[in-house]
Amino acid sequence: MHYPESLIVELEEQARQLRLDSLRMIYKRGAGHPGGSLSAAEIIAALFFHKMRLDPQRPDWPERDRFILSKGHASATLYAALARRGFFPLQDLERWGELDCHLQAHPDRLKTPGVDMTSGILGHGVAIGAGLALAARLSQDPKGGDRNRLGKPLGSRVYVLLGDGECQGGIVWEGALVAAKYRLANLTAIVDYNDVQLDGPVHEIMPLEPLAKKWRAFNWATLEINGHNLRQILEALDTAGEIHHRPTAIIAHTTKGKGVSFMENDATWHGIPPDEAQYARALAELEGEV
Amino acid sequence: MGQTEISMREGYGRALADYGEVNRDVVVLDADTSASTLTCYFAQRFPERFVNVGIAEPCMVDVAVGLALGGKVPFANAFAALLALRAMEQIRTCVCYARTNVKLVAHYAGLSDYKDGPTHHSIVDIAAMRALPEMTVIVPADALEAAKWVPIIAEYEGPVYLRISRAATIGVHNKRSDHKRSDGLRLKIGQGLTLREGRDVTIAGTGSMVGRSLLAAENLAREGISARVLEIHTVKPLDVSLLRQAAEETGAIVTAEEHSIVGGLGGAVAEALAGVYPTPLERVGIADTFARTALDPESLMDACGLAVSDVVAAARRALARK
Repeated sequence: MHYPESLIVELEEQARQLRLDSLRMIYKRGAGHPGGSLSAAEIIAALFFHKMRLDPQRPDWPERDRFILSKGHASATLYAALARRGFFPLQDLERWGELDCHLQAHPDRLKTPGVDMTSGILGHGVAIGAGLALAARLSQDPKGGDRNRLGKPLGSRVYVLLGDGECQGGIVWEGALVAAKYRLANLTAIVDYNDVQLDGPVHEIMPLEPLAKKWRAFNWATLEINGHNLRQILEALDTAGEIHHRPTAIIAHTTKGKGVSFMENDATWHGIPPDEAQYARALAELEGEV
Repeated sequence: MGQTEISMREGYGRALADYGEVNRDVVVLDADTSASTLTCYFAQRFPERFVNVGIAEPCMVDVAVGLALGGKVPFANAFAALLALRAMEQIRTCVCYARTNVKLVAHYAGLSDYKDGPTHHSIVDIAAMRALPEMTVIVPADALEAAKWVPIIAEYEGPVYLRISRAATIGVHNKRSDHKRSDGLRLKIGQGLTLREGRDVTIAGTGSMVGRSLLAAENLAREGISARVLEIHTVKPLDVSLLRQAAEETGAIVTAEEHSIVGGLGGAVAEALAGVYPTPLERVGIADTFARTALDPESLMDACGLAVSDVVAAARRALARK
């Protein structure tokens, strides 16, 4: 599908807004994960503001598309997207982590409207996504004949956003085997490949290369994109939707801490909040004043 | 009483396949053990609703979680030692904390996989599962009871751990005349059963030890000791009121389980009674140790402190402490 430049610009602005929101949330709470929240901003913006079939008035709508933030520590970006999409008031973001606030440190499906699955411990998303995709297929008309009034086939698509460090855990690949065996074409996994994890560069801590070849070897259709380029993200998601006999992995090359110069590619910013001066600098950069 | 005609897993496997006809939302998962757990009966009848993930129990639990999120009622089956321990984090985070409607069915529990030895025995699973918020832990006493739990746990909304023995246990329900009618055995989650009335001491058993507890009560009766026998099939949530009543009326309690004495039914009863009605309590279970390989389950249980005579001796000790 061809996307007009106006849509791309609009989504870029949403991504910038998600960065501002998530940094403010992390600064205010004095806790959170700036690096991985910033690297995922375009991917989450593309899904929540364009691609996914959602209804904020009906967060439990059975035919909605599902999203699992397998890298649950990027919760700030997800919460900002949900609030800006209308699942709950924007003011809630200011109260993230307070004892009586529904927004937990990591996503909690029981407390926060729009969160499809609880996450935070890495590794679960692909296998859970496979189960969800299988359930969606089983719930469809066995003849595959049912379509909604827009002519789209019923049944959910399932999107899983996982981190690169997460791919060091075996359970990711166990889930990948299941999705391939059952040819779960309605499942798309997106790897936020920023190449930085808590202790340092992914390629030093535990190298993953060749990562795309690994997913291909697990019988997933595999695409590689620049995960900050919204046109590439949208086109990759479209391609995933057109592949009918296997799940799709999108290896999205990103920059940890993207958009804030002193946070970029620095493992220090995996899980600490900025101080007041750092926060002011980050805001200035994101608002284009630097 | 006596050996049941069929093993507990046979009762479960047949019931699950039958229930698959009634409830089309049931999806059965297994981790390459369907010929052992007997979920193969379900798989043969409903291949489109059967998922074999291979030897990957944590993955199986996560796939089951996804199915539950999608509105299905997944029954995830594996050997208890692996399901409860290898998949523990999946169970804690994605089943209990996320409160997904997953039914975990743990096979070859306790010492019932006698021939495969301590690597395959499952003697700490009740303790582990019981410690998890939101979990319901059910331990049937025989094949008939195992079969009867299938629709009940499917229709209950929330995480369940159902503990199944490989073996044929000493029959409890299928041999009782009052259970001959199909509606005779009424099971309710969290509600213990009084199988035998008694005044002097209470034996609270679970799983394979219920039949042995009834035999112990018969032996005690010959000594003039009147022992009440309770079946605590639901270890969590525990039927505290039934246990308290037994403590008040008999003044001495024995627990009996095919599980470590650490943290299982004995631990649960001790915790509960300490809070509401402290009572002399003796725990029959596997001493805090690993068991051995054996040629049959009965002699292994006997060798591990689970003999009928061990229950009798524990009852005498509890009585002496009154």
